[in-house]
This record gives sequence, C-alpha cells and structure tokens, in this order.
Amino acid sequence: MIPQQTDIVVVGGGPAGSTFALHAAQSGLDVIILEKDRDIGVPVRCGEAVSDAGLRIFHEPDSRWIRSTIDRMRMIAPDETIIEFPLKEIGYILDRRIFDLDLARFAAEAGARVFTKTYVHGLLFRDDFVTGVRGLYLNEPFEVQAKLVIGADGVESRVGRWAGIRTQLKLKDIESGLQKTVSGIDVSSNIFDFYLSTHWAPGGYLWVFPKGKHMANIGLAINGTEAKKGRSARSFLEAFIADKYPQGSVLSTVAGGVPVARTVVPMVTDGLMLVGDAAHTVNPLTGGGIISGMRSGLLAAETASKILIANENPTRDRLNSYSKAWASVGGKNHERLYRLKESIYRFKDDELNAIAHRLSAVPESDLSLFKIFSTALRAKPSLLIDVARLFTGI
Amino acid sequence: MITIADNTCDFCGACVSVCPPDCIEIREADIEIDEETCIDCNLCVYVCPLEVLSSDDSPTD
Ligand SMILES: Cc1cc2nc3c(=O)[nH]c(=O)nc-3n(C[C@H](O)[C@H](O)[C@H](O)COP(=O)(O)OP(=O)(O)OC[C@H]3O[C@@H](n4cnc5c(N)ncnc54)[C@H](O)[C@@H]3O)c2cc1C
Ligand code: SF4
Ligand code: SF4
Repeated sequence: MIPQQTDIVVVGGGPAGSTFALHAAQSGLDVIILEKDRDIGVPVRCGEAVSDAGLRIFHEPDSRWIRSTIDRMRMIAPDETIIEFPLKEIGYILDRRIFDLDLARFAAEAGARVFTKTYVHGLLFRDDFVTGVRGLYLNEPFEVQAKLVIGADGVESRVGRWAGIRTQLKLKDIESGLQKTVSGIDVSSNIFDFYLSTHWAPGGYLWVFPKGKHMANIGLAINGTEAKKGRSARSFLEAFIADKYPQGSVLSTVAGGVPVARTVVPMVTDGLMLVGDAAHTVNPLTGGGIISGMRSGLLAAETASKILIANENPTRDRLNSYSKAWASVGGKNHERLYRLKESIYRFKDDELNAIAHRLSAVPESDLSLFKIFSTALRAKPSLLIDVARLFTGI
Repeated sequence: MITIADNTCDFCGACVSVCPPDCIEIREADIEIDEETCIDCNLCVYVCPLEVLSSDDSPTD
C-alpha cells in the first residue's frame, strides 16, 4: 500500500526522478517514487545515446547497460556528402530498459519505495503550499501527504502546471520525435550517424545509433513549427527507412516529444521542485536529456535534503538554491545552446551542402565539432551575428 | 473538436506538453481529451508524431 504520509513524493520513475530519489534517500529521508507505467524503463522513448564522461558523473559504466561503444561520428549532408571524424570522448548507446531499471533499483536499495501502475492526477494544497499528491494506485484512489513533491513527470510536465508553473511548450520549443529499433541491417557498431537535411528532418535531425552490427535505433525529430506544415515525424521516418534500410525488421516503434526550450522558470514553488524533462533541462541543441535530467535530480536532492534534514519548511525561497545551483552548473551553457539551436535549425539544404563540401577537404585528423562550427560560420556569415549575440548575451 | 484515431496512440505525451488549457490526460495506455475545456488550437494535432489526432475543422480532413 502507498503510505499516507512521507517526506518526499517523486512523480515519475525516469532517470531524473530515480536520481533524485537515490540521493534524497541516501541522506536519510523517506522517499516514494510513483510511476504510472507498469514497468520502470519501458517503453524506451529515447535514442539511448550518452557520453562516457556524462555517465561517469553518476556511475561507473556497467557493461550490462551498454549496447555499443561509439568513437566516431558521421554527419551526412542533404546531398549525401559524408563528413566522418573521430570523437574526442567516447559515447555509448545504452539499453535504457536495464539502465532505468537499475537507477530505480539503486534508489530502492538506498531506502526509497517505488510504486508502479500509480497514476498521479492532482496535487494537495494547504494555503497554496503543495502538501502532497492524489491519484490512482492500481485504479484505487489514494492521497499521500508529503513535505515536498518532486515533478519528474517528463515532457508532459503537468505536476508543475497544477502548482501554477507555466510549463507548456511553444511549438518552436518542442521536437516531434519518432524512433524505430530496426534489426537485420548492417551498421558500423562504433559510429553515430546524423543526417542533417530538411529532406529527412526539417528543424531537427535524423539519427542512426547502432546497437551492435545488425541493429540500430533509427529515429528523427522535427521541430513543432515544421510539423505544423502538415508532414508528421512518422511520414519522414517511414520514407527514410524505406529508402535506406528497406530490408530491416522493425522491433519497436516509440513516439516522443523533446523539449528544446529554455529551462522552466521558476523551477520550484512552495513545497514543489521540477527536475529533468519536466523542468526542460534537455540540451536544446542535441535533444540529449538523460545526463542533464540526472544532474538536475542530483542538484535538487542536495537542496531538498539540506532543508528537510534541518527541519525547515521547503518554501519557494529556500528551494530556490536548487535553481541557482542549476544555473551555475548548466544554466548559462543551456541558454547558449538554446540560441544556437534557433540559428542552426534554420540552415537551408544548399547551405548545409556547402558546409559539407568545405569540410570534406579538411583532413580527418583536423576535424572536430569546433571545426565544423567554424566552417558553418564561414558558409553562413549571418550565423556570426547570431553567435556574437550568443556570446555577448544581446 | 479533436478526434483521436483508434489504436494508433503511443501515449507519449507530446500533445500534452503543448496543450494550453491542459485538457489532455494520458494514463499508461489511455488518452482522453476534455472537450469542455479544449480551445481548438490544434497544437496537439501538429506535434503528434503518429498522426493520431485530427481536427474536425481542419481542411485536410
Ligand atoms: C525520440 C527521442 C529520442 C531521444 N534520444 C535521446 C538520446 O539519445 N540521448 C539522451 O540523452 N536523451 C534523449 N532523449 C531525451 C531523453 O529521453 C529524456 O530527456 C529523458 O528520458 C528525461 O528523463 P526524465 O526522468 O526527466 O523523464 P522520463 O524519462 O520521461 O520519465 C518521466 C516518467 O514520469 C512518468 N509519469 C508522467 N506523468 C506521470 C503521472 N501523472 N503519474 C505518474 N507517473 C508519471 C512517465 O511514465 C515516465 O516514466 C530522447 C527523447 C526522445 C523523445
Ligand atoms: S502526441 Fe500523439 S501519440 Fe503521443 S500521446 Fe498524444 S496523441 Fe498519442
Ligand atoms: S486543440 Fe489545443 S486545447 Fe484542444 S486538446 Fe489540442 S492542444 Fe489542447
């Protein structure tokens, strides 16, 4: 049974919620995680790519989580010009069914209690202060009182809205994504493929992330403003797979929205904090949100633990040190990436081709993301103005 | 009014994230739109990756 009272309720058992719960439970607090789905880790709405360095902030990489180790990257221009180069830092394609499950297991082993099939549909308040949640557990109504509620409910981010925080995304700040896990194909198991072209993924990109040599996560994300023009992520992805991997078998299809937005302001209110996708912590340029979500979960847990262990009331003012910690760790960079996204997603196919042609003359040993970026600048000088704005903060 | 095509929704929540009046509810494998509070803005229709949603007013219907 769900307890009627606890220190902290975490709504959502993804990487951000589980990371929060692990650290809050380790500091001695009573924590429960409420997850609406039947299983933690399923469905996997994700390309499953992380960097080794990012993962290591939290955990020593476990071989059970890793489906492929990536040390090279390929960018494919609209006219199919390929720019291939080695990565400075290796990355992984995870198996998030195992990874997410382990994150929740770590939290449980630290003392948190996890409830699945538990749908939260509202908050409890006392004088505008959040004091708990209500919902359905195996379809039976329940209420739980808590000193603090954590909205880790992913892109939907309704928990924050119920507390009056504006979390809904504008069309330009959401990517409409779809991914298929395709088997029976030949891929290079150590290479990330990115297709940048309005032909395959306008206002976003298409990825082929290998899971071994004969299977890959093939997905794409298109910007909401592009989706409004009438073609869905589904039609783009089906066209790509029919063209490039017609022999493949689709083992899984998942849809998903990616917030490519500024971080939610405020990230907290009286008795409530938002973490992960719910707080729009996703890297707005790449759409990567696993590590940044976990980072926000950790920072939120540090603030929450300090306040609750000292027996203080988790007021908005006190909780706000989490927002400050987030701003100092990732916030400034996040803002820069957001503005860069706004510029780069506007590249036209002929501009992308021109950049690729210039880069194909550069020896591989000289290629890096920085080089690509500076070449992009030369091809589209107006980007320089955007970049100048980016760094001067205008 | 928004129509939900049968057996096509993946319950991903992309539509929920853009809905201004927060009138879409997604459980584990269940989607409901509250017609009373829906303002027919069609944002959910645009962002749905799987073409599950359609608007009765939309000319392409
Ligand atoms: C197609 C796609 C590809 C992606 N690829 C990558 C990638 O390669 N690398 C990367 O780093 N990131 C990627 N991302 C982003 C990444 O998946 C997310 O940023 C990450 O999962 C966020 O973690 P989270 O814990 O904040 O939220 P989630 O993992 O979304 O977890 C939220 C949880 O809350 C639960 N929940 C929601 N509402 C309720 C409720 N009312 N009651 C109870 N439970 C609730 C949900 O069921 C869910 O389990 C991708 C996203 C998409 C859509
Ligand atoms: S965006 Fe589409 S697939 Fe996703 S939950 Fe909404 S209707 Fe279902
Ligand atoms: S049309 Fe607008 S208000 Fe109605 S359900 Fe869709 S997003 Fe919400």
